[in-house]
Amino acid sequence: MLRLTASGIRKSYGGIEVLNGCSFDFPDLGVYTLTGPNGCGKSTFLRICAMLEPPDAGEAAYSDGNGVLPHSISLMRRVTLVLPKVGLFNAAVFRNAAYGLRLRGITGREAEDRVNHALELVGLARKRNQNALTLSSGEAQRLGIARALVIEPEVLFLDEPTASVDERNTALIEQIIQSLRREGNTIIVMTTHDRDQASRLADRELLMPAD
Amino acid sequence: MSALGSALSLIAGFDRELAGIIALSLRVSLSALLIATAAGLPLAVLIGFWRFRGRGIIISMLNSFMGLPPVVVGLVVYLLLSRSGPLGFMSLLYTSSAMIIAQSILALPIVASLSHAAIAGVDPVIAQAARTLGATPSQTAVAVIREARYGIMAAVIAAFGRVMAEVGAILMVGGNIAGYTRVMTTAIVMETDKGNFELALALGIILMALSLLINIALHAVQKRGHFS
Repeated sequence: MLRLTASGIRKSYGGIEVLNGCSFDFPDLGVYTLTGPNGCGKSTFLRICAMLEPPDAGEAAYSDGNGVLPHSISLMRRVTLVLPKVGLFNAAVFRNAAYGLRLRGITGREAEDRVNHALELVGLARKRNQNALTLSSGEAQRLGIARALVIEPEVLFLDEPTASVDERNTALIEQIIQSLRREGNTIIVMTTHDRDQASRLADRELLMPAD
Repeated sequence: MSALGSALSLIAGFDRELAGIIALSLRVSLSALLIATAAGLPLAVLIGFWRFRGRGIIISMLNSFMGLPPVVVGLVVYLLLSRSGPLGFMSLLYTSSAMIIAQSILALPIVASLSHAAIAGVDPVIAQAARTLGATPSQTAVAVIREARYGIMAAVIAAFGRVMAEVGAILMVGGNIAGYTRVMTTAIVMETDKGNFELALALGIILMALSLLINIALHAVQKRGHFS
């Protein structure tokens, strides 16, 4: 099992410090929520933990039974982050969801089954042949989650998954997170500015102060 | 009016000379387009993904070369290929190869510059999303190029439009030799000079029809690229 330990993470943009020595250990499977006001560095913390950008100081260290793992492409392929803007490709819903599998050389029957299962889970199976750019923002967010789930990540980061969606989609996304939690194979780390949502979903709630 | 009637009957009767001229036009323009795309697309990818010294200068040069005067290209290619020029030993002047070279030079900046604009215009979140899903740097580049595909296709079609309509450069380096380097545009110039308006008009109509087709294709491609 993959274990993430963030220690002393510092990050500045243009001389303005966003994170000043952020540390946290994610020892167990389950849902961790990260709440705090806008601009407190939640997204930056997630992006650094997902290895999308390097910290100025400190580290996001992943380890398993064999000790600390180097930040390589093979480690990056064990974790994923669903961005708030998602970043869907101008292609069919199915093709979008299958992207991570194609990168790993998984095609054919297995890819088909895994994608169909993920689309089913997020309630988009009916729209598998539709162009992804025609989806509503709630559906787009759910497709982003499906696209992440097909690669069966050990750590799943969700950056504000419900910030720009309506109540119905928020409820659907919360259900998806709950069912992943019940399956119990994944460390889920999500940011939200909704404290109630955090207490509904979280096994552990983390609070980030404004400064 | 009678010239127009004769022109239409030339088209309807599928005149052999006319067919030969159209075939050569398409062969020269499509060859030039192939060369310009083979060179221009990798160049667009290079300047789109790689930050290096002189990159800004290359982008500015490509942008300004999009409006390169064809007669200047014709002159330079002529000087290079003429018997006393540095490439004179290849004996290419007044051949269709010379015309392809001139048209490739005219099409290259269009393909490269517009393809680069299409690649640069892809939302940065696409590259980030690819990386979050485990893409290597080259797989990320492929994902971005894929997103720019309609813009790239539009660039290639725009370049085709330019070379099909071009006359100055190919007249200078091709020489408008009947059955050998005579293409639609150069034939129109000559037939008009001779007062032979039937053939000139017939060619003009076909050129217009082709240009219309190219523009319809361009429009269709651009439409497919816009979903949001």
